[in-house]
Amino acid sequence: MSRRAKFKFRLYVAGDAPNSAQAIANLAAFCRAHLPGGYEIEVVDVFRAPKRALAEGIFMTPTLVVLTPPPVRRIVGALSHTQTVLLALGLVPSAV
Amino acid sequence: MQSVRSPLSKTPTKAPTGISGFDEITGGGLPRGRTTLLVGGPGSGKTVLALQFLVYGARDCKEPGIFVAFEETSTRIVANAESFGWKLAELRRKKLFFLDAQPVPDLVQSGDFDLSGMLAALEVKIREIGARRIVFDALDVILALLPDLAAERREIYRLHAWLLARKLTGIITLKSGGDETNSISQQPFGFMQFMVDCAVILNHSVVLGVSQRSLRVQKYRGSSFDENESAFLIGAGGFEVAVAHTLSRVDATVSNERVSSGIARLDTMLGGGYYRGASVLITGFSGTAKTTLSGAFAEAACRRGERTMFVCFDTNSTEVIRNLRSVGIRLDRYVKNGCLRMISARAITGSAETYLVRIKAMAKEHGARCVVIDPVSAWSKSGNDLSTQSVADRLIDWSKGEGTTLVCTSLLDEMSGQGEGGSQLQISALVDTWIHLNYLIQAGERNRGLSIVKSRGTTHSNQVRELILSDAGVTLADTYTAGGEVLMGTLRWEKERAERAVHEAAEVAAKLKRVKLDAEEAELNVRLKSLQTELVAKQVEKALLVRTTQSDKGELSRGRTQMKELRGADAAIPVRKASRP
Repeated sequence: MSRRAKFKFRLYVAGDAPNSAQAIANLAAFCRAHLPGGYEIEVVDVFRAPKRALAEGIFMTPTLVVLTPPPVRRIVGALSHTQTVLLALGLVPSAV
Repeated sequence: MQSVRSPLSKTPTKAPTGISGFDEITGGGLPRGRTTLLVGGPGSGKTVLALQFLVYGARDCKEPGIFVAFEETSTRIVANAESFGWKLAELRRKKLFFLDAQPVPDLVQSGDFDLSGMLAALEVKIREIGARRIVFDALDVILALLPDLAAERREIYRLHAWLLARKLTGIITLKSGGDETNSISQQPFGFMQFMVDCAVILNHSVVLGVSQRSLRVQKYRGSSFDENESAFLIGAGGFEVAVAHTLSRVDATVSNERVSSGIARLDTMLGGGYYRGASVLITGFSGTAKTTLSGAFAEAACRRGERTMFVCFDTNSTEVIRNLRSVGIRLDRYVKNGCLRMISARAITGSAETYLVRIKAMAKEHGARCVVIDPVSAWSKSGNDLSTQSVADRLIDWSKGEGTTLVCTSLLDEMSGQGEGGSQLQISALVDTWIHLNYLIQAGERNRGLSIVKSRGTTHSNQVRELILSDAGVTLADTYTAGGEVLMGTLRWEKERAERAVHEAAEVAAKLKRVKLDAEEAELNVRLKSLQTELVAKQVEKALLVRTTQSDKGELSRGRTQMKELRGADAAIPVRKASRP
């Protein structure tokens, strides 16, 4: 595969809820495994910054917002299905 | 949570919904600080009810609210609600917040998630506007995204606990599949009904082609409630729930005042007219002058200056006015001066429930003291017997409660037998006065007969009278019974004429006799006078006679004395007639 654009993520979590903690771990593992080109992750706790959640319309946690490359995408859930995430990021052909 | 229940707590335990009827069923509204579950099929009115609850809180109870929309976007909800005249745009600025929480269609989901984000966001908004009420509309949409049943339960419990902790009065609406509301318990979130403090089931069904909406409070912890299914409709101002008698309404004040039926002789038959606030049923086949009779009542009411409402189902109101004019009942002037409101109920479509609610609303708007419904039997066409019957019950309950004098006509089906037969709606048992009109066919004529089947609390005539319609008005005529048969029409007229002839003859004879007696009396008087004259003459004669005798006597004695003197006899008699000239 050719060189990929740099990925920028924002992950909304709900404190230390199990699925949120899982999402943080899953995202880190995913990035290490699939994004050698580099990535940025910002973790936002909706309990600490509820206004941001309100403004961005984050109602389900955890939610991963893919900021770059465009378009902005959202992936809801603990990111436990790697295939889904890969598909959403366009890293594998949709035929898979 | 406990403090809400405590009697020491000053806050009322119920949050009123402002929905007429619903607050009566629940005894004041939804449980304050608790969660209510609203379950219903598609188009059953869940969103409307929930939104009305919020609007009422924000507008009238100083309880701002939040509407969390999972299914419809807030702009569409606001647009749809615009027709109810709730002025949402104004409320939205400060007291009513809409949160669009619809999951995007191309949402990518990977693994488990929860609703903490939403609750955290809501927390901000609640503090910002001081919300006391909250609605989660179509929660099932978001629950369906959760990977398994356990996750669904977890989120429901999370939401419930969150609501309780914040003492928010909440409504959660859920879809139920189809009409069978019982099937909800088989659904994954059926257990919510056990969890929440209050559950309301909305039902929308079609019976014989007529839409019928009903709701039922399934449970209400810590409160009594009306457990029966109550019909409701979504009217011009939102939800309107039809309630039968609530406890406070059962004993309506009764009046001894009488109101005229519009026909003087009928008033006499009834011992003075209908009672104020009574319900009157006029039954009869078509063409037996039911409308005329009720029109006469309306006219009399308007003449007394009482605001009256006339609801016609069979014909157009203008036709009714024209037709009644032909029998001397002039309603047009009262329509003009606003005393009478004519309503062509053909314009109203829907279930019997719709009719009732509309009629109630219009009567209230008009301030009607007298209401005429012609005919009430039109209701039996719309929907099943059971519901229309209960509508009729409630109609009478309502009129009693309001003190409105109600006159209903009911068309009897020609096929249902020629007997008097109760009306299809079975309201004949409930009404106070029941007047039956029928035809009597006799001697090649069809005449209208009127009889009072019952009239509670009044002595009433037991006779069948003939109802006569003419351009001069409506009157009742006595009927004649001949050989055990009631005479009407021409037969009655003939009988009357014969009687009149007999009466005239008797009168003439009496007159003749009097003349004769007068003559005799005069004659006697004359005789009496002549006799009296004769008597006087006799008396005079008699007096004359007495005087003559006396003077003769005196003359005689004087003569004797003179003679004695002359003879020189001793003057033994000292008595001298010195005085004598």
